[in-house]
Amino acid sequence: MLTKRIIPCLDIKNGRTVKGVNFVNLRDAGDPVELAKQYAVKGADELVFLDISATLEGRKTMIDMVLKVAEQVNIPFTVGGGISSVEDVDILLKSGADKVSVNSSAVKRPELVNELANKFGSQCVVVAIDAKQIDGEWMVHLAGGSIPTNLNLFDWAKEVERRGAGEILFTSMNNDGTKAGFANDALAKLSETLNIPIIASGGAGTVQHFVDTFKDGKADAALAASVFHFGEIAIKDLKEALKDNNIAVRL
Amino acid sequence: MKLVIIDYGAGNIKSIQFAFKRLGYDAILSNNPDEIKAADKVIFPGVGEASSAMQMLKESGLDTLIPTLKQPVLGICLGMQLMCKSSEEGNTKGLGIFNVDVKRFNNTVKVPQMGWNTITDLKTELFKDIKDETFMYSVHSFYAENCKESIATTTYSLDFASALQKDNFYGVQFHPEKSSVVGEQILKNFITL
Repeated sequence: MLTKRIIPCLDIKNGRTVKGVNFVNLRDAGDPVELAKQYAVKGADELVFLDISATLEGRKTMIDMVLKVAEQVNIPFTVGGGISSVEDVDILLKSGADKVSVNSSAVKRPELVNELANKFGSQCVVVAIDAKQIDGEWMVHLAGGSIPTNLNLFDWAKEVERRGAGEILFTSMNNDGTKAGFANDALAKLSETLNIPIIASGGAGTVQHFVDTFKDGKADAALAASVFHFGEIAIKDLKEALKDNNIAVRL
Repeated sequence: MKLVIIDYGAGNIKSIQFAFKRLGYDAILSNNPDEIKAADKVIFPGVGEASSAMQMLKESGLDTLIPTLKQPVLGICLGMQLMCKSSEEGNTKGLGIFNVDVKRFNNTVKVPQMGWNTITDLKTELFKDIKDETFMYSVHSFYAENCKESIATTTYSLDFASALQKDNFYGVQFHPEKSSVVGEQILKNFITL
């Protein structure tokens, strides 16, 4: 049986791992390659690296990091952050990334999703969507949640699926950094509306939150950062608890 | 040991090269027919769309070379699918090494199948020391039907062939290079075939 995936997310700035709480305060949580190797051994199913460097120098460092991760880590990984062209993706995939995730650049120019799916295949195109619930409606936001758009989450998700996205990484800005659980209602609606895998992101605080997002949120995978980076939840314990709740996991 | 990974412009081949490097082998990337023919073992990778990958093979003449190879050949993911008779993806003919068609998953399940699923009914030395129900990582929207040449089966909406073998040709739908230590064991087994 296909199992639910547990995905630690590593925010990278100038080659180092950082984790933003509500995307503002950053704390250093170590060397990304070492952390990635540890996660692979501890049972993570995949990894996501999000480049939050704003400079060209930082982007070059990111490509070096991707090469090192591909060399040393034996599980799949996705790279996101600042990707806006076919050329950007080409170099990341050639450096060993398995998938890339695009966010703002796809909102600004939706054809990018088609171009990437046609050139590299849907299987490596993840569209990340940050959304916030405002007056009952889920609206897509850009730039780490700071810039609102007039796009509805479900319409946008449906559109990127049609354009060739292979997977959706949905982060609820209402839940992110709260450690109060994932946005399961919106996740379940996404999962029922779309026929591609959905990764739940934003709000993980306890083991029960993961159980809930797989059961109630119907998520295919769950992503989290600080609960893993700071050892609050061990992946093995988490997976055993999921198994006890009849959720298929790789142990 | 001369290990060649066929480089015809399709997909993420760096990961396969790195996986062999972790096992202590230097694999060469090549589209040169002489170099491929002279290899002890050949890896036929592939990620992307079937009909355009088939087109790339034709342009380089590799479509006629690959079926004539005598040494062990391992197709991975799309590489395995291209070794089949045909694919529904872009309605293309394949290399016809495996006598089976490649079809798309129906929409009763999420497509692509993305993630870790088990392999069972394991046959041949490719799966030496690999336990039944071992987890492998795959990403795919199309599958080879279960058939006489199946050497591993996986279930996703239906039972399909997650590995195939005929003579010196082997194919795996999953990514051994991304499937943790058990995937590396399969690559090691292929090297020692």
